[in-house]
Amino acid sequence: MSTPSPVDGREARIAPHPPAAARRRPAWHAATVAAVAPETPNARRIVLDVPTWPGNDPGQHLDLRLTAEDGYQASRSYSVASSGEGTTVTLAVDRVDGGEVSPFLVDAIEVGDALDVHGPLGGWFVWRPGESSRPVQLVAGGSGIVPLLPMVTAHARADDPAPFRLLYATRTPKDVFFRGELDDALRATAPLEVTHVHSRRAPEGSDVPAGRLTRDALERAVLPPDAGALVYVCGSTPFVEQVLRWLGELGHDVSDVRAERFGGA
Amino acid sequence: MATFTRGFGGRRDDRDDPRIPPGQTLVRDWPVLSAGATPDIAPADWSFSIRTESGLHTWTWDEVRALGIDDVTVDIHCVTHWTKLDMPWRGVPLDRLFAEVETSLDFCTVHSFGGYTTNVPLDELLDGQSWIAFEADGEPLTPEHGGPARLLVPHLYFWKSAKWVRGIVMQAEDEPGFWENAGYNMHGDPWKEERYW
Repeated sequence: MSTPSPVDGREARIAPHPPAAARRRPAWHAATVAAVAPETPNARRIVLDVPTWPGNDPGQHLDLRLTAEDGYQASRSYSVASSGEGTTVTLAVDRVDGGEVSPFLVDAIEVGDALDVHGPLGGWFVWRPGESSRPVQLVAGGSGIVPLLPMVTAHARADDPAPFRLLYATRTPKDVFFRGELDDALRATAPLEVTHVHSRRAPEGSDVPAGRLTRDALERAVLPPDAGALVYVCGSTPFVEQVLRWLGELGHDVSDVRAERFGGA
Repeated sequence: MATFTRGFGGRRDDRDDPRIPPGQTLVRDWPVLSAGATPDIAPADWSFSIRTESGLHTWTWDEVRALGIDDVTVDIHCVTHWTKLDMPWRGVPLDRLFAEVETSLDFCTVHSFGGYTTNVPLDELLDGQSWIAFEADGEPLTPEHGGPARLLVPHLYFWKSAKWVRGIVMQAEDEPGFWENAGYNMHGDPWKEERYW
């Protein structure tokens, strides 16, 4: 690395793309569970009815708070799988074994149950249709698809002409979230390519064997560095670190990549 | 006004510990949160600068460390609702750098390699409230956690403890940094739950 220039108010990397100011002021909202459905063997889709929800941009998140009868509360942050102006908010929650909140959401909460949400949150890991003509490369590991799905669906719904690509790594085909939504987006006219990588078990009849994502597979699946794509990467910390390292080695400008990580190093 | 969630009991481990601020949950691992790629910075390429009305003051890696490294044990609180208690750190108090700098400006924009910025008032960095940290949990800071050096301001939410820190620009006005521009609180006191705008 070259010697850094002296500190000044202008920075080389993140600063040329300042985060857009959050357009909707976050606030607490009362929510009611409107629907639940298994998403994968380990995850559940939870649709909330939030009458005062101001809408959210694709990629934003919220804080969800559960309150016990004696007033005890527990809060966690979850990405929102839906976007737009509506008052229906979709989450997809992966069960963290031994966790306090996610097992309750995945295994116990029922339609009609009440909780609170605070949001919408985050003005950085977002993509809005019509704001940029740059191609978009999405890379998801496991439940890291959740904030990326609304980008895909908003792109399809807006018939946005920007080329979209999604590389989605899961353990097995059964662990793929939002299969129906992804199929719908693939049938839309907005340009989208989806590549699945399965680390443990490939789909039946697939000529691609199961295996962890490799640098070669990443290179084949993602837009080339000279495409000038907006890149969003979301997954576990080790997954994101590995993908960013490889993208850098493949010549991508990783200073321009937006990343969201979950879990420890 | 909270809404009761039917059937939710909660686990309440450690929740009675008075060191855990409202809305936080104790973790034992150390989650990683960053907005972009992890930069790879060698100590030889690292330096720290403070810009004041009188100009730029710069210390090399060795010069900062020669100011004296303290051992501190602190609790850290992330705005994403986790708290880690009794974490051992090693670093140089910002007091020792500011002892060599004259400024009448009250506000700091902290800058990192990679372009991250965050704002902290100067009086919340001094008097033993912040460090340039090089080690945590007995090990040199890994790049994922901000190595080779990050700011440590444990009394504020942890996004203020900028990873890959490289300097401070002194200013007359408090100006929002990266997350403060994206909906997060200008101040970030975990005991007041100053999470968002």
